[in-house]
Amino acid sequence: MTAPAPAAPVQAPGIPRMARFLRVREAGTLALVLLVFLLTTLKNHNFASSGSIQQLLVGASLIALLGVGETMVIVTRNIDLSVGSTLGLSAFVVGDLFRSQHIPVWSGFVIAIAIGAAVGVVNGAITTLVRVPSLVVTLAMLYIIRGLDSKLVNGSIVVPGQVPHAFIEVGYQTVLGIPWLAIIVAVVVAIVGYAMRTFRPARELYAIGSNPDAAALAGIPSARRVFVAFVTSGALAGLGGALFLALFAQVDNSAGLGYELNVVAAAVVGGVAIFGGSGTVVGAALGALLLNTIQQGLVAVRSSSFWDEAIAGGLLLAAISIDRLLALRVARSLRSAEGAHREL
Amino acid sequence: MKRYNKSRCAAVRRPAVLAFAAVAAVSVVAACSSSSSSSAAGAGSASTGASASTGTSASAAASGIKKGLVVYFIPKDTQNPYEVLADQGGARALTGLGGKVVVSSGTADTAAAQIPSIQAAIQAHADAIVIAGNDPSALCPSLEQASSAGIKILSFDSDVTCGSSPNHLFVNQADTASIGTSEVDILAKEIGSSGQIAILSAAASATNQNSWIAYMKQELSKYPKMTLVKTVYGNDDPATSLTVLQGLLSAYPNLKGIISPTTVGIQASAQYLDTHKSLLKKLTLTGLGLPSQMKPYVKDGTVKEFELWNPSNLGYLAGYAAAALASGSASLTPGSSFTAGTLGSYKVLAPTTGVGPSIVLGPPTVFDAANVDQFNF
Amino acid sequence: MSSETAPAAAGAGMQGARPEAPAEPTARQPLWQQAARWEVGLVVVLIGSLIFGSSESSTFDSQTTLFYGGINAGYIAIMALPMMLIVVTAEIDLSVASTLGMAGALLGDLWHHGWGIWPALIAALVVGVLGGTLNGVLVAKAGLPSIAVTIGTLTLYRGIAEILLGSQTIPGVGDRSFPVWFTKIGVVPVPGTHLSYTTVIFIVLAIICGVVLHATPLGRSLYAIGLQPEAARFAGIRVTRIKFWLFVASGLICAFAGILLTAQNSSVSYNAGYGLELNVVAIALFGGVSIFGGKGTVIGVVLSATIVATLQMAMTQMTIDPNVQEIVIGVLLLISVVVPSIGKLARWSAARALRSRPLQSVRTALPLTVRTK
Repeated sequence: MTAPAPAAPVQAPGIPRMARFLRVREAGTLALVLLVFLLTTLKNHNFASSGSIQQLLVGASLIALLGVGETMVIVTRNIDLSVGSTLGLSAFVVGDLFRSQHIPVWSGFVIAIAIGAAVGVVNGAITTLVRVPSLVVTLAMLYIIRGLDSKLVNGSIVVPGQVPHAFIEVGYQTVLGIPWLAIIVAVVVAIVGYAMRTFRPARELYAIGSNPDAAALAGIPSARRVFVAFVTSGALAGLGGALFLALFAQVDNSAGLGYELNVVAAAVVGGVAIFGGSGTVVGAALGALLLNTIQQGLVAVRSSSFWDEAIAGGLLLAAISIDRLLALRVARSLRSAEGAHREL
Repeated sequence: MKRYNKSRCAAVRRPAVLAFAAVAAVSVVAACSSSSSSSAAGAGSASTGASASTGTSASAAASGIKKGLVVYFIPKDTQNPYEVLADQGGARALTGLGGKVVVSSGTADTAAAQIPSIQAAIQAHADAIVIAGNDPSALCPSLEQASSAGIKILSFDSDVTCGSSPNHLFVNQADTASIGTSEVDILAKEIGSSGQIAILSAAASATNQNSWIAYMKQELSKYPKMTLVKTVYGNDDPATSLTVLQGLLSAYPNLKGIISPTTVGIQASAQYLDTHKSLLKKLTLTGLGLPSQMKPYVKDGTVKEFELWNPSNLGYLAGYAAAALASGSASLTPGSSFTAGTLGSYKVLAPTTGVGPSIVLGPPTVFDAANVDQFNF
Repeated sequence: MSSETAPAAAGAGMQGARPEAPAEPTARQPLWQQAARWEVGLVVVLIGSLIFGSSESSTFDSQTTLFYGGINAGYIAIMALPMMLIVVTAEIDLSVASTLGMAGALLGDLWHHGWGIWPALIAALVVGVLGGTLNGVLVAKAGLPSIAVTIGTLTLYRGIAEILLGSQTIPGVGDRSFPVWFTKIGVVPVPGTHLSYTTVIFIVLAIICGVVLHATPLGRSLYAIGLQPEAARFAGIRVTRIKFWLFVASGLICAFAGILLTAQNSSVSYNAGYGLELNVVAIALFGGVSIFGGKGTVIGVVLSATIVATLQMAMTQMTIDPNVQEIVIGVLLLISVVVPSIGKLARWSAARALRSRPLQSVRTALPLTVRTK
């Protein structure tokens, strides 16, 4: 590499092309969502009713929210498999506090986020400080937190009567026809998405994922950034727990079970590269929306629900293949741009 | 050079540290929890709602029950609230008889999670096994082994279909046929016996669900103007139940009734209808639900009637049946009877297609706004 | 610095820079010496677990425990063997449990439709091979990241199992029972021993894997592929072909495990083996197989599977809450990666202190990065 280690001047013509590529990818996911929606509506007009659309948004909300944090982590070439268990834990703890301590509604959200953030701190600390592969750490935490959660729950359920009505309202009230739940998630997606495009510490996540050695050379404090990514992922999973409680008004030990693979699938389908370095939170959110639309659409067209998994799996494979093709094409175009400027 | 030696020394120490840490962790955790699930009287969710009280009195000696019986209760998983209540009922029965209950199962609702518990029962020379089967057939080989080792086999909540290998007693919570038929009858009454209806079930492989649904379909033939348009599976997961409910509502806009014979499914549906009350103008919901969960919904009219039975009594009956079988004071012969403590006398019913000898707890209880407060389970 | 090599060096796609690759003198040691340290630790843990089991549970010390342990863990341990080989090459196969389910489902479905047992068994194996082939094509030939591909095939194959069987359990009403010789496998030990059939099959497969991995050029090339894929390619190792066949083998063995599970249970339903993939990964990782690739032994995996099976038997006999059992497994997994890394921690914090000053960092960091190439 030449003296100016981060090859910023070389990439200048590349960036607009890259940005265009990114835009294309999210647009692709959105186009798929609309396509599935249209096809389903053709067979069943009721699918386009306001109630149905509201439910499409709500059904995708939790996974989309978790997908935001997961994207931040995956972009740095890590993974967080503990999000499902974290959601379950925070949902139950908040529910339990509501029924036994009668805490105010706003503190329910704060506590949920705090619990999730605490888990994120553990994940992040072990991954960055002790330099342990995040796959292993978060896998272990998945087991540990699930076990802890079940011990806490101890066979009980939090039932609707025990949750303050104001809290539950977040789960179903709408404003201008859009559910609150969807708005909250959309706001989070917008904030994080904007930050990852313009806020430098957030953009550095991409650098860390694309080329960790170069990022270190460029002076990026990778450990700190990755740590923050994990804390954010955990905090959003915690928030997801509060929203879960608001939406379903009940929690037992099965809350959040198995969500982690759904979240990763949504991110991958939405264009987040599993090797890090590219993908956006908007993409992940759209991926969640796509998968949920398909699931609900299948029932709406009266097809057998047993086809759900197979279709989702096929979609994942297609998404990965397409992404790879697109990435290869971009790499080629970047190389040719580099070649024009290279001094090596 | 120096670095090489240091890492070598450290590396030799590392496995030892690892070993000690691992064994220490296991010992500490085990010590902290060794009293865990064997006492089914754990959580505060006490449920002594209806009849059965702690029969410490003469029941033991009177009905010829041996002392010191050990009965393994193997629920679907150790955390399912319904199962926990049942296990506690069983513990009540056995403690009153001078025996004890060991609750053992896994965390996932699979057969693979229950097989180790059956094995543990065999190795511990238990007197009886009371199991809620996660799978109709996969548990049969292990149960057969247990039976050959002299352990009495009973099933409850969810039967196992092993034919006569082993021959076992099914402790049914309510007559399978009457669960199915009463569900349809309740709904028919509420929707005027005409219209499209759907079923929101649990896991597609659950034995009890499929048996009840079969009877529901049979009963529907009595109502020619009612049609079952679809059965969807919520897998006892609130999120999945909500999603499939949504799909139902958009696929069948003229749906008039939903039966959800699963406590998770009915609660998820009720919660949704409660927050979208406009749907209630056309749609009626009923099913099997826990009074504690469904209370707010009957109070505000979202659901008019639903039914269930007391899971604690089910466990109590199963406990007594297990003790009686193990002591020889009851048998699997159809027509024979035995006493189950404060619940009274029960008669063994003859096998029918797909079900072996069984006893039935009693008719399901119908809950509505008037009586739902009387129960605390 | 090109970006295409980055995925290959990242090991199963994750975890950024490998902390081990730069300046790790042990990488120069013969493999067996490296491995010996971890395996010694595992032996100590195994002995500790056995002592723990016999002291805490009165029913532990018996041949029945050995038999049951084999039944419960055998088919999972069998899946850990090809998983181990794949992880050594810095890939991962998360579709193992779903392939098991798909093969079992096909077996059940064909049996339900009146097929004979042998054609049905062969068909089940064939579908496993097909599943592995899809993985192999996408990962080895198309170069897609294995973690993403196998999450996709995990979902796809489980979906196929659901489509095949729906809500049925085979044999159901009206089906023939499986042949007696088939269902005996889960019930009787191998004649003359107290081991279950799955244990014996596992041991045989482990020996084969061990010989291949540790005593053949093919095995050595697996390590090379995991450690330095570019160098391996230049050295003439057919990386693509080897990875492809590893995935095919994994599919075949998982299908076989699916058959064994069906035999043990005398039945199959659509959710057979559901969710087991993470257990299999955990066993491999706990056995000392590095997620980055290039490190791990078959002995380690055998020990790890035995330890996990032992602890689970002991804990179930002690009626320890299964949730606590999960926590224990999670803690063990954590310890297994944290403890070796703590030694490195001191070195890395010193290096980090240097790195925070950019000029110096170029001087110290550059040699490291050159070495990774």
